[in-house]
Amino acid sequence: MSVVVHDPSRPTMTHAEVTRDVVRTITDKPTTGYYILVGTMAFLTLVLFVTLGALLKYGLGLAGYSPPIMWSVYITTFVFWVGIGHAGTLISAILFLFRSPWRTAVYRSTEAMTVFAVMTAGLFPIIHIGRQWVFYWLLPYPNQRYLWPNFKSPLMWDVFAIGTYLTVSSTFLMVGLVPDLAAVRDHVSGWKKKVYTALSLGWTGADSQWRHYTRAYLYLAALCTPLVLSVHSVVSWDFAMSIVPGWHGTIFAPYFVAGAIYSGVGMVMTLVIPLRKALKLDHMITEYHFDNLAKLTLFTGSILFYAYGMEYFIAWYSGNTFEQTTFWRRAFGPNWWAGWSMIICNAFVSQLLWFPKIRKNITSLFVISIFINIGMWFERYVIVAGSLANDYIPYVWGQINPTWADWCILAGSFGWFGLWFTLFYKNFPIVAIQEVKEMIPMPRLKPHREGF
Amino acid sequence: MPKSVAGVLGQFDHLDAACDAIRDLKAVGHRDLTVYSAAPNHELEAAIGDPVSPVRLFTLIGGLLGCAAGFGMTIWMSRDWPLLVGGKPIAPIPPYVVLGFELTILIGALSTVAGVIILSMLKAPRGRPYHPRFSDDRIGVFVPCAADTAPAIETLLRRHGSVEVTRDA
Repeated sequence: MSVVVHDPSRPTMTHAEVTRDVVRTITDKPTTGYYILVGTMAFLTLVLFVTLGALLKYGLGLAGYSPPIMWSVYITTFVFWVGIGHAGTLISAILFLFRSPWRTAVYRSTEAMTVFAVMTAGLFPIIHIGRQWVFYWLLPYPNQRYLWPNFKSPLMWDVFAIGTYLTVSSTFLMVGLVPDLAAVRDHVSGWKKKVYTALSLGWTGADSQWRHYTRAYLYLAALCTPLVLSVHSVVSWDFAMSIVPGWHGTIFAPYFVAGAIYSGVGMVMTLVIPLRKALKLDHMITEYHFDNLAKLTLFTGSILFYAYGMEYFIAWYSGNTFEQTTFWRRAFGPNWWAGWSMIICNAFVSQLLWFPKIRKNITSLFVISIFINIGMWFERYVIVAGSLANDYIPYVWGQINPTWADWCILAGSFGWFGLWFTLFYKNFPIVAIQEVKEMIPMPRLKPHREGF
Repeated sequence: MPKSVAGVLGQFDHLDAACDAIRDLKAVGHRDLTVYSAAPNHELEAAIGDPVSPVRLFTLIGGLLGCAAGFGMTIWMSRDWPLLVGGKPIAPIPPYVVLGFELTILIGALSTVAGVIILSMLKAPRGRPYHPRFSDDRIGVFVPCAADTAPAIETLLRRHGSVEVTRDA
């Protein structure tokens, strides 16, 4: 007697139903709620650029920059947004190489999130440098001063790492979109057909196209995999290569990579949970997918738990007064609330995901994802600004004083990210049509035995 | 507009039927087939029997060029404007590994995309018929042929379960 076990990674839909349900998310008339959302995001984006204009006119004195804290909310938010991007590449590239079937339903939304998060992050070093109009001095180009950038500086590594990450993740997203845009092209009419025809680059799904496409996608995934691990390592070295207590840690690279994936998966859940309801995609993005996302969160959250513990342990065990003071003040100093927010939201809240009942409850996952977003922003705030506030001698200790310019840029960055994401999901297939179809066996005339 | 190619187009709802038809068409000497599908499929690939895509060469050459560019740029620029810091090398290798690595990935990825565009889009066979159902749920098999051989091909496709057979002049 054979027992038929339902494989939750394989959607119980036909190929035609997949196309219909995903194309519907684009062709359906946008709701009033959608317009309100776009309007809110556009307003926040306006706040971002008006504040940036004020910073351009009056300088960084508007932000809470005062010695010794010359890296504050902007660099904190830069690291936060770069980190958000990592989950997208992990899900789209690394899990592709591992042949994890559950990624197919969520990878397009996470990959779009990656691109827009890195686009948001890329604004912050430019905002932070003060003389924004000469940001191109960061690039190596022949100039009348006969100067080249100092490639021994981790900040130069960062320029190349972030530039590469934005370029490669954007191309990976666009390459994945081409066959799906062709599917949309074949289901719309009028001016939309012309637009999607141009965007689909003449894709027909011919064997000669799939033959090169599938190999290229594999190699792109293989190139993205070390890239995702390297980018946040390089970001961590912006700090770890210095001698500031609280920054100078050898565990920074893996600690930052784990934190980045943790924060990114948190943001995926924050975005995808309401999105699947709004676009009526509950049957495609199911509890099974969120259960797997939650397990990934638990795994990376546990690495963070270990890293936090190890930072405090090494500060004590090293016998180094400066390290010990920094970590003592992180927990019991003037910014104790930020230090504990980071530990509670990241190390402790993630441990709730050991319980299957919590992992399978979408509402609880959404609440946890909000805690993750808050906790991970505070982690970067504590590391970046908190460490600078406790330098080597108490004489130079300082207080962090963020101003309206800091908070407006932070809020505006959510608007900028949200605006791109909301426009994307209403105009492009938010679920990868072609990859979901790969998971669904095609109909056969004769019975087929798996593996033969 | 590319000149349209004369031939027969068969549409299939079933994977095994399409694979059997492709194998039989190849057995009787039709090698220049175009097979459309909404998603890549290993059984279809095996039936078509094309060699591995040369796109990997684009990736390899791009990656190697990027690596050389990364190390070359950093070493040359350091020597062109030396920053002398007490006893330390002007062009140290360890920090430049980061830039060599990033440019390997960047140029490797862009070359891969260029490869897939050149091979899949620009060099794709043109003038062959297409049906919107191929991006949805059907498999299409187009056989270029002269008018005198078309009836035999139509019969073969129908015998294998093609749900729709059309002739393109």
